[in-house]
Amino acid sequence: MNYDRILIRYGEISTKGRNRNKFVEKLRKSVKIALAPFPKIKVEASRDRMYVLLNGENGIEIIEKLQTIFGIQSFSPAIKVARDVESLKQAALQLIQNLYKEGQTFKVTTKRSDKTYELDTDGVNQTIGAHLLKNVSGIKVDVKNPNINLRVEIRKEAIYLSCETIQGAGGLPIGSSGKAMLMLSGGIDSPVAGYMAMKRGVEIEAVHFFSPPFTSERSKEKVIDLTKKLAEIYGSITLHIVPFTAIQQAIREQIPENYSMTTTRRMMLRITDEIRKNREGLAIITGESLGQVASQTIESMYAINEVTNTPVLRPLITMDKTDIIKVAQDIDTLEISNRPFEDCCTIFVPASPKTKPKREKVNHYESFFDFEPMIQEAVQEIETLVIKPDIEKQSEFNALF
Amino acid sequence: MIYFDNSATTKPYKEVLDSFMTVSSEYFGNPSSLHGLGGQAEKLLSQAREQVAKLLEVKPSEIYFTSGGTEGNNLAIKGAASVNRNRGRHLITSSVEHPSVRAAMEQLEQEGFEITYLPVDKTGRISAADVEKAIRKETILISIMQVNNEVGTVQPIEEVGNILKEYPAILFHVDAIQGIGKVPLSLTENRVDFCSISGHKFHGLKGTGALFIREGARLAPLFSGGSQERKMRSGTENVAGAVALAKALRITMSKSNSGTAKMMKIQSMLRTGLNGIEGIKINTPIENAAPHILNFSLKGMKSEVFIHALEQREIFVSTTSACSSKKKTPSKTLLEMGVPESSAESAVRISLSFDNTEAEAGTVIEAIEKTVNQLRKVMN
Repeated sequence: MNYDRILIRYGEISTKGRNRNKFVEKLRKSVKIALAPFPKIKVEASRDRMYVLLNGENGIEIIEKLQTIFGIQSFSPAIKVARDVESLKQAALQLIQNLYKEGQTFKVTTKRSDKTYELDTDGVNQTIGAHLLKNVSGIKVDVKNPNINLRVEIRKEAIYLSCETIQGAGGLPIGSSGKAMLMLSGGIDSPVAGYMAMKRGVEIEAVHFFSPPFTSERSKEKVIDLTKKLAEIYGSITLHIVPFTAIQQAIREQIPENYSMTTTRRMMLRITDEIRKNREGLAIITGESLGQVASQTIESMYAINEVTNTPVLRPLITMDKTDIIKVAQDIDTLEISNRPFEDCCTIFVPASPKTKPKREKVNHYESFFDFEPMIQEAVQEIETLVIKPDIEKQSEFNALF
Repeated sequence: MIYFDNSATTKPYKEVLDSFMTVSSEYFGNPSSLHGLGGQAEKLLSQAREQVAKLLEVKPSEIYFTSGGTEGNNLAIKGAASVNRNRGRHLITSSVEHPSVRAAMEQLEQEGFEITYLPVDKTGRISAADVEKAIRKETILISIMQVNNEVGTVQPIEEVGNILKEYPAILFHVDAIQGIGKVPLSLTENRVDFCSISGHKFHGLKGTGALFIREGARLAPLFSGGSQERKMRSGTENVAGAVALAKALRITMSKSNSGTAKMMKIQSMLRTGLNGIEGIKINTPIENAAPHILNFSLKGMKSEVFIHALEQREIFVSTTSACSSKKKTPSKTLLEMGVPESSAESAVRISLSFDNTEAEAGTVIEAIEKTVNQLRKVMN
């Protein structure tokens, strides 16, 4: 007997009271986007369960996709059975006969959300258990460590049988926690930060600072490729590319070298905050990890963060580099990040940047020059792209392939 | 002209040549160069890699471009042996492998490795049970061809893969050079660690190939140099060749279902036709055989003479494998199958592509019959 549906259990969203419908709707959207390559499936969502009806689509590939969706606690391939006891017994037997290998043990776990059902939980366990013991030769019961755990969910509309529970990605459905701007450099950290924020339900728009000719088209491509990777999670991500050359040159002329990095970060944060305002976001996300480089000391953050009171979320703040690299590997961004092109953070690096910059000092240095018009100009000149994942590669070279 | 020697090499598709020309003339940059031309070349190379990966259902980071089948086989076998020599020095292969596997193994033997050459049955097939029996504590690599290049026998890759699921430390190399696109192969399900393919066997260009290296499986490179192909294969990348290979593979895979069915039909037509000719004995087995190869022996006739005689009728076939046919030694595969030496010396191989037709097969049967009768008169 083949599974005909996948039963999805929600993660933390089932605890979210009245907002539940909104959360479920967001998750449903995520599932639909992820399963877009399978046109025949149908998604049915209710308050506490979601079902993906396979309609003949490839269950194994769908399971792979489901494992990456945020907001799913776990899921089980399942079959739907009519509510009479005979059908239930028969379906359970067929399912077990398919899976059973010589010498294995089983148990039946019944969940009865419909309390009006003719048998109670123990009654269902015993009826099915006895039926299996009678008809599958050699099978034994083991309630502690069974090889096969047959789950029976008795609901108003039908009964669902499943034998396998697959862990989901956890987290919250994307979009359920509002929108934030991700400062995306092209390095290893920022895509990971974006991923982790998305895991907590944040919808992100990416902001990248581009300084031609100091940074090349290829470094821009790298950022587009990173965005594509993140877009796989939710179908599309908006990427803002900020022309930053003029500001960087102005900083070089106006600010003492050892403070130039601090001011650069302050300008980036101001510009990102402007974009956030325009795009109606509520926070800024960075890939900073405490103490990793000069701009990420707590003193630096204190000096840089002064320019905005918008929440700056730093998902990686306490993570070690090795752990960040591990996540980057898992989400397939590491290889892209490792491409050897300069980005706006690696050019104009002063020989000895201040690791403990002072607010007063940086304000003093910046007071001799009005950066605001340049910031407004940069915001005006932003190139905004909507990046979609590479399902069907869009490339100028397609004709050659 | 009827070209029935597609296991030796295939005619490149026109579309493939067009892409090769365009990339060579317009995007000639070195992918390692930082400027825009280099960027374009790099983009083309990574798109080629992605396409090949998608077609083989693996990850792009698991595809490494090579110069062809021989290099892929050598890199997989010697590279794996070199990295794992402290873990064990025993390798297993079959006795009917292509020379690029066989000779690589023999070289390792000289360097102190021990090789088990598995015997084949009279259909040219190894048995999975023999593989399991041959496994020792020191076994580090098993290399088995998917389809034999001389007679077309399909080896039990799936069964070997299943056995190896119990031996996670043993690496598994599959030479899929003859089989790709013609006999299905799942690299993931069959637990394959390395798999070599060659562009010119599926209407790509000579000098192009790819090696699949499963993520996490390590190899020592054969070449030292600029660390291209993630250190696995130094040397400026053949971007145009890689694009050509990706395109050829796409076209081949898209034609695979209908093309294979068509080849099977032609193959069985040839089998029936040739069976009816006196003095011809077919060596290719009926079961577990690839759809594109038909090997037969001519009683009392030198295959070389026969080939030249057919050539006069503009029909091109081979004496066994192209690689060994110049050596004029009897077919190794046939001898291993227990075919008598006289038959092994007079073996002829017909090999098809998706583009051959039943009409061609009809012409060839007729021509072979005439040629056999003609030669018999002369030789008797």
